[in-house]
Amino acid sequence: MSISVTPKAAGQIRKALARRGSGVGLRIAVKTSGCSGYAYAIEFADARAEDDEVFESEGVTLLVEAKSLAMLDGTRLDWAREGLDEGFKFHNPNASATCGCGESFTV
Amino acid sequence: MALLQIAEPGRAAAPHQHRLAVGIDLGTTNSLVATLKSGVPTVLEDAEGRPLLPSVVHYGEGDAIIVGHAAQALAPQDPRNTIASAKRLVGRALADLAGHELPYVVEPLSDTAVGIRTRQGVKSPVEVGAQVLRALRERAEAALGGALAGAVITVPAYFDDAQRQATKDAAAQAGLNVLRLLNEPTAAAVAYGLESASEGLYVVYDLGGGTFDVSILRLARGVFEVVATAGDAQLGGDDFDQLLAHWFAAATGGWSGAPSGALHAAARRAKEALTDAERVTMSCTRPNGALDSVGLSRDVFDTLVLPLVQRTLAPLKRALRDARLKPDEVDGIVLVGGSTRMPCVRRAVERFFGRAPFTGIDPDQAVALGAAIQAEQLAGNRVSGDGLLLLDVNPLSLGIETMGGLVEKIIPRNSTVPTARAQEFTTFKDGQTAMMLHVVQGERELVSECRSLARFTLRGIPPMVAGAARIRVTFQIDADGLLAVSAVEQATLAHAQVEVKPSYGLATEQVTAMLKDSICSAAADAAARLLREAEVDARRLLDATESALQQDGEALLTRAEQFEILRAMQGVADTLAQCAEDEGTGAVAHGTLRDALRAAAEVLNRATTTFAARRMDARVRNALSGQRLDQLSA
Repeated sequence: MSISVTPKAAGQIRKALARRGSGVGLRIAVKTSGCSGYAYAIEFADARAEDDEVFESEGVTLLVEAKSLAMLDGTRLDWAREGLDEGFKFHNPNASATCGCGESFTV
Repeated sequence: MALLQIAEPGRAAAPHQHRLAVGIDLGTTNSLVATLKSGVPTVLEDAEGRPLLPSVVHYGEGDAIIVGHAAQALAPQDPRNTIASAKRLVGRALADLAGHELPYVVEPLSDTAVGIRTRQGVKSPVEVGAQVLRALRERAEAALGGALAGAVITVPAYFDDAQRQATKDAAAQAGLNVLRLLNEPTAAAVAYGLESASEGLYVVYDLGGGTFDVSILRLARGVFEVVATAGDAQLGGDDFDQLLAHWFAAATGGWSGAPSGALHAAARRAKEALTDAERVTMSCTRPNGALDSVGLSRDVFDTLVLPLVQRTLAPLKRALRDARLKPDEVDGIVLVGGSTRMPCVRRAVERFFGRAPFTGIDPDQAVALGAAIQAEQLAGNRVSGDGLLLLDVNPLSLGIETMGGLVEKIIPRNSTVPTARAQEFTTFKDGQTAMMLHVVQGERELVSECRSLARFTLRGIPPMVAGAARIRVTFQIDADGLLAVSAVEQATLAHAQVEVKPSYGLATEQVTAMLKDSICSAAADAAARLLREAEVDARRLLDATESALQQDGEALLTRAEQFEILRAMQGVADTLAQCAEDEGTGAVAHGTLRDALRAAAEVLNRATTTFAARRMDARVRNALSGQRLDQLSA
């Protein structure tokens, strides 16, 4: 089981955490919604929950709930720029299809 | 793939919620529900994997209600409380049903409706339909895992307003939000993607379990119009089964009375098997337990049912004649209904039109699939790659009131919806800072003759001379027929808007009456409009002259000249007063008044010619004085 981030993403996460001033790391989750079934969520984590798995990658702490982990195993989180838009991008080997808008995916 | 941002704990934005929408084919014999799954229209099956839901409702002891296959199974033993084909009763009076044999007891509910007497009381066809729809809704919600945002329900093209309203009532009772009622042939055409062409003529040949319908659709600018319908309400797949059952009974001998249910079922199985097989063995167990079998080839079957197939050609010819079409002018034939799977039916259609019909989609499902596509779009979910389907038109023009009580039409009638049109308007008076917008509906030229929908006021227009402000008025009708009107002043972006439902409380008869009215009074309207326009022009001329006199009258004109202009102004004002007096009475012909007004305005124009020239000279002098030639040319 592993979740990783690219150096570019790690820099952005560190910057965001520093700007916020608090938080133990970044929570990555999968929620059920959207038109293809599942959607990603990235949130600041203020505390570690009991069933969280914790990963360290490029010096940042990533927390993933056990139930999300199955769908996220092997995922690499990147920071990308698309036109005017900048943000995080998931490279998830488990996702078989993403919806047209890319907000949700199917495993 | 969208890019994501970090959110506060628990606040991650949910992606756009997909609104669950389904298409429902509420059929006479069978019903289906379909939806778009990842962009592919799919019929939703029940827990046993059966796509069709028999449109049968059984009213049991107590308040037990059974719908579908289980109800159908109860029909032989409890025919009076098992309601099948209730769709035939929708919107019918008892007199309409004379001569029809029904297995249950029908009684009048009102002058225009019948009810079915069951052990749970008298049930209207609407209530029976609602039970079927509720079963479909529950199936869809179980399959999709959420409440439905809405449904598109199909109805036969020949359904009148009462029958359509009854279908909507049934949906409301079943807790369904009707996005739209869609004609069955149109839905089938949509399932085949025919609306993506720009125009065409299509025949929809719908041979169902118990009814046969022919519809001719004309596609123009993305809108399907049903140009002709015909059919035979007593012809369907059941008749083929019946014929085959009789044949079997005759071939094996020793059957007494009418063919039993078992024999019917055997006939149906044999008929269905012959779609793919050249030869089948039809077998049926007698009531005494003995098993009879007879070999049946497709040729024998085809010869047997030929009269039935021939019977479908008469309505086909009738519909084509009504639409003034020849078979070879048709761009395509869509087959709907399970019975069109029979090779002999397909051959007959192909021979009739001289071309092969479309057959790519399961004919049982085409209507539901088309409805699902439409539902997806009406629910506001994006369908990748294509825009909205245009299948509806607004029945009456929509516009706003302009000076003089005239209507400026912004969206003409028969425009396809959804649509948006914009037009620029301006102020009428110098320094005008607000504008009243009056939204009206109708075909007449005068506001007083049209239907008022809404009024709203745009404020905050910067003071300018009359005609300098630019106010953009946008009319937008969404797929549900909701009209939004907005007005935006282009310099300051001050805006105001209002939303109305133009069709609210407007029955079809009223629409027809309004249209007829406009056609009958087109000439009178045109004359009235011309007069009003002349009045507005004259008033504007008066205003302009008055302000010019105030500014420069003393400086540029002699007393006599001023007097002459004032007298001409009085002449125009008098004629205007006469117009106002006459308004509504129509005592003096509009044309006469307009001529008088035009003459008076002409006098005023002539009287002010010199004045206008002098004002122009004075302006030029002012602009030039104190400037050197080289500055001017720079």
